[in-house]
Amino acid sequence: MKNCLVVDDSKVIRKVARHILESLDLSVREAVDGQDALIQCEESSPDVVLLDWNMPVMSGMEFLQALSSARIETRPKVIFCTTENGIGHIKAAVEAGADEYVMKPFDRETLESKLAIVGVI
Amino acid sequence: MQRGIRVLSALLEARTGQVLSPERGWRVETALKPILRAHGLQDIGILAAHLTRYRDPRLEIEVVDALLNNESSFFRDPQIFEMIRQQILPHIRARKQDRRLRVWSAGCSTGQEAYSLAIQLCNDVEVWDRWRVEILATDISATAIARARDGIFPQIDVQRGLSINDLLKWFEPVADGWRASAQLRAMIDFRQDNLFNPRAPGGGYDLLLCRNVMLYFTQERRQKVFDLLARHSHDHSVLLLGAGETAMGHGDPFVAHPEFRGAYRRPPVQPLYVDGPMGPAV
Repeated sequence: MKNCLVVDDSKVIRKVARHILESLDLSVREAVDGQDALIQCEESSPDVVLLDWNMPVMSGMEFLQALSSARIETRPKVIFCTTENGIGHIKAAVEAGADEYVMKPFDRETLESKLAIVGVI
Repeated sequence: MQRGIRVLSALLEARTGQVLSPERGWRVETALKPILRAHGLQDIGILAAHLTRYRDPRLEIEVVDALLNNESSFFRDPQIFEMIRQQILPHIRARKQDRRLRVWSAGCSTGQEAYSLAIQLCNDVEVWDRWRVEILATDISATAIARARDGIFPQIDVQRGLSINDLLKWFEPVADGWRASAQLRAMIDFRQDNLFNPRAPGGGYDLLLCRNVMLYFTQERRQKVFDLLARHSHDHSVLLLGAGETAMGHGDPFVAHPEFRGAYRRPPVQPLYVDGPMGPAV
């Protein structure tokens, strides 16, 4: 079973995402910000990270930049999942190494499609 | 209520050839709610009575459009698009001396299938450079075709099937969603057309996609559509249907393609006379 780390400071979003991801046969862990996510990735790298942009302590973009120098065996696929829906943000995320981008609000079909595109399901 | 459904079903079949199966019955009321509200009609029975009495052509079109299932998505069934790119298109390329690729997306709904193909061909520009590519996309619904032609898709639609790289490369943000680039729109000839009374240009298409269309037709009407598709094919054409649809059991306009799983081709022409070592076979 593949692992997904959901990184979002909103408990509601984490709960909704977990519900969808578990229904897609993924094992789910949660992180409340980028720093928490980085620590969890170093402990045990997930297959994919579903990453919010705006979070306290460490933002999604800061996490993505830190991920490249993190002590992890295999870099996970990173899917941004954010309300930052402007083309400038999307381009910046892709240039920084994001594999996919979900514009909130999202639903099951959207997550399923993006996970398939990055090859996780 | 049941009589109302029968009237609407008859209207849909007369206009489009589609049958309102019991499985689709549940969505009739939901689909027609906006029309009922807009025209101040209480329920489906009253709508049916209104249609029977006044024969209002505008309302008839509205009702038929609402009853059609225009669900579509980019790169629907991604493995099919992978097979098209990796296997079918190279097969066609190898047999086309005239460097002209003709594709027909029949029953294209709001155009996502045709746009997906156009994106795929544009992403492989070095392969298709100096080829003349023609994509015809037809649908019975004038509303769906108008949307397809505009090429504007809401955010939820562009997130289903499209990779973020293709979105950035081939779409631009507009007020109400994302719009396909002028290059993509120019590649596709969107036309409102009826598979039972076609006006679209004929000829031999190399690749024909008629996916998730046949399931709405009766056996007799499917036969007619297969005959039409066969008339618009040539010996090397490839036909793709939706998952769960088959060309088998509809006479012999198409047979299973020996090379591509789930695809069809016209039956190979059998020689009437073969001269072999055992003498002529008759």
